[in-house]
Amino acid sequence: MIGIGHYVTVSSILFVLGVLGIALNRKNVIILLMAIELILLAVNINLVAFSSYLHDLTGQIFAMFVLTVAAGEAAVGLAILVIYFRDRGTIAVDDVDNLKG
Amino acid sequence: MIQVFAFYLFAALTCIAGAVTILARNPVHSVLWLILAFFNAAGLMVLAGAEFIAMLLVIVYVGAVAVLFLFVVMMLDIDFAELRAGFIRNFPLGLLLAVVLLVEMGVGIGAWSVGGITLGTPDGSAATPAGASNIEAIGMLLYSKYLFLFEAAGVLLLVAMVGAIVLTHRQRSGVRGQNVSRQIARRPDEATVNVKPEIGQGVTL
Repeated sequence: MIGIGHYVTVSSILFVLGVLGIALNRKNVIILLMAIELILLAVNINLVAFSSYLHDLTGQIFAMFVLTVAAGEAAVGLAILVIYFRDRGTIAVDDVDNLKG
Repeated sequence: MIQVFAFYLFAALTCIAGAVTILARNPVHSVLWLILAFFNAAGLMVLAGAEFIAMLLVIVYVGAVAVLFLFVVMMLDIDFAELRAGFIRNFPLGLLLAVVLLVEMGVGIGAWSVGGITLGTPDGSAATPAGASNIEAIGMLLYSKYLFLFEAAGVLLLVAMVGAIVLTHRQRSGVRGQNVSRQIARRPDEATVNVKPEIGQGVTL
């Protein structure tokens, strides 16, 4: 039978894939943002699974708030990406040193 | 039996789609695989009895966030092959990081499955009411116990929207826009003027 352990395993794998994506695609900000979305998705699966396991809806409410934050983060992150590309003509993260004194 | 099959289908497709998302050469393909991962995660959540969050995931992620990603990927004219230059060099370190994390999580799950530690028990104030559907129960909880958090989330979304617009908006010169205040300030009696200019004289407007 499928239990909470199965769900936690899936969300762990997804979380690790997100971290691996951040480590591998260190130059491409778009893939970096997508990897962050994967991590947040893993967190959401975990919250929902434990909410169902404990018969406590708080987990699902907080999954909704995580969704809110993820949407806002994606919007602002992509906006920063667009203005950075307009300014520099590239999105390679290695070259980002605008704030260096 | 069908539940077990559905779970393994959704779980396997979520993991595969997540893996291809971070490994794909073309970012457009990455976004499409990300959409597949979100769909299958929504399926997992439906199986766990959280229909509302699952539908929210499909609407918000697939309908809004993924399309936003797609727009940005297609708008920017970037040589993506060049951006993948450090991919092989970063591979050992990234793999090490991933393996350490996975082992840690395995140890955590193992420790938890043999008993774990009890940090507290639900006080029952957020338990699912008998007979209520998932969305009904979430609504009742969201608009009572978590009302202020809900409104704070709304403010957060507003700030994110205003921030994104302010960041990407640019004032272009040489554009003849509408002057609203001048239009509103016009009066009927000064809109048309009857003049009788002398012959050979011009008219000043």
